[in-house]
Amino acid sequence: MNQLIESAKDIFQNNKAAIIIGYTKDKSGRTKPFIAHNSDEAEKLTFNHHAVNNLAVYLTRLEKPKDGKIGIVAKGCDIRAINALIQENQIRRDDVLIIAMNCNGVVENQNEEFSKENTQIKCKYCQLRTPNNYDFLLGELEDFELPEDSQQELMNKLEAMTPEERWNFWESQFGNCIKCYACRQVCPLCYCEQCIVEKSMPQWIETSSTTRGNFSWNLIRAFHQAGRCIGCHECERVCPMDIPLTLLTRKMGMIAMKEFNYKHGMNINEPTLIGTYSTSDNEDFIK
Amino acid sequence: MEKVEEKFEPKIAAFVCNWCTYTGADLAGTSRLKQQTNARLIRVPCTGRIDPVFIIKAFENGADGVLVSGCHPGDCHYNAGNFHARRRWIFFKELLDFVGIDSSRLHFSWVSASEGKKWVDVVDGVINSVREKGPFTQYKKINREFEIPLETESKL
Repeated sequence: MNQLIESAKDIFQNNKAAIIIGYTKDKSGRTKPFIAHNSDEAEKLTFNHHAVNNLAVYLTRLEKPKDGKIGIVAKGCDIRAINALIQENQIRRDDVLIIAMNCNGVVENQNEEFSKENTQIKCKYCQLRTPNNYDFLLGELEDFELPEDSQQELMNKLEAMTPEERWNFWESQFGNCIKCYACRQVCPLCYCEQCIVEKSMPQWIETSSTTRGNFSWNLIRAFHQAGRCIGCHECERVCPMDIPLTLLTRKMGMIAMKEFNYKHGMNINEPTLIGTYSTSDNEDFIK
Repeated sequence: MEKVEEKFEPKIAAFVCNWCTYTGADLAGTSRLKQQTNARLIRVPCTGRIDPVFIIKAFENGADGVLVSGCHPGDCHYNAGNFHARRRWIFFKELLDFVGIDSSRLHFSWVSASEGKKWVDVVDGVINSVREKGPFTQYKKINREFEIPLETESKL
């Protein structure tokens, strides 16, 4: 990616940003997150089909550099996370320099070559392959049709089940949860200084990894993402127990779309969904 | 020995707002309206105060059903608490439905301070619908993970 390295060098030479959060290839060939501090380090930056991580998570975790902006390499789904953070007043647009990448889909398994079929689920229904908010836009968009969305099938199957069957499905899934909180740590929108699960007086969510505690944790995590999840699927990617966590957050997103025609992180000037209200919200379910 | 329950009586946790529904329920009492007594009222300042985690906690603690009730839209003592709450419930009710807690266990209503009669109808309706549905055995089952089996207890 010469284009990326050149513009990164240009950014450092003209002091447009203090650091650039991006991807690099390590010795074993794995693509991993990387922070470049100067133009020498900028040589190591890369972007390819294995750049899966959502780097927006670092924007709220990193200490803000004293001398300049944070540069960030971002693909469509990461841009949505950055937009969402701006909408929620967690970062300011002026504090970040967005180097946006046209994205042709990413592959989770670093040993697999890119093909239409083995992209992550999110790429299969991606609507933001060309980012909508950036300072630089790099990369070429290849033309490919979006393949079958296998998660939608599972979603339809679940919705067709009886509540008891759905409960059994989730009981077996949540039963596996080991409460490692990787889903929370990797989420760009889980930025609370103290998470509700760490509050102990009173303790709302049991910290022990029992099915009951797992139910409350996963339900509350999904609820806190309601109308906020930007669908980067990082939670599901990092889950060591392979729980289909994005089913829950995607469901919340579908409701936001159905009830409010709203998608989070699409427009930085739009007020957030859950922080506002309308007097005409649906109340069919309220007696 | 496990007790054999002759008749199932549901436990209902009712989260009610201080300004409307609680006063409405009080009116039902002072008017001597007859109502079923399965609901335990939990008074909160406003429906906007009800974090969905309360509802999950109620199920964890053995509730068979939950009722959430507050002021009618536009009547909120804090102007907009119930509007914010309503938007949250839209998501939360769908989320619970998606994991298999169907809507017959979670009820919402608006009951004002003058609607003692409506309160009686709502609470009776909720209790009857949960009674029909039966005990919430699924949540009780995951609760039992915490209990020490009888044979282990005797060894301790």
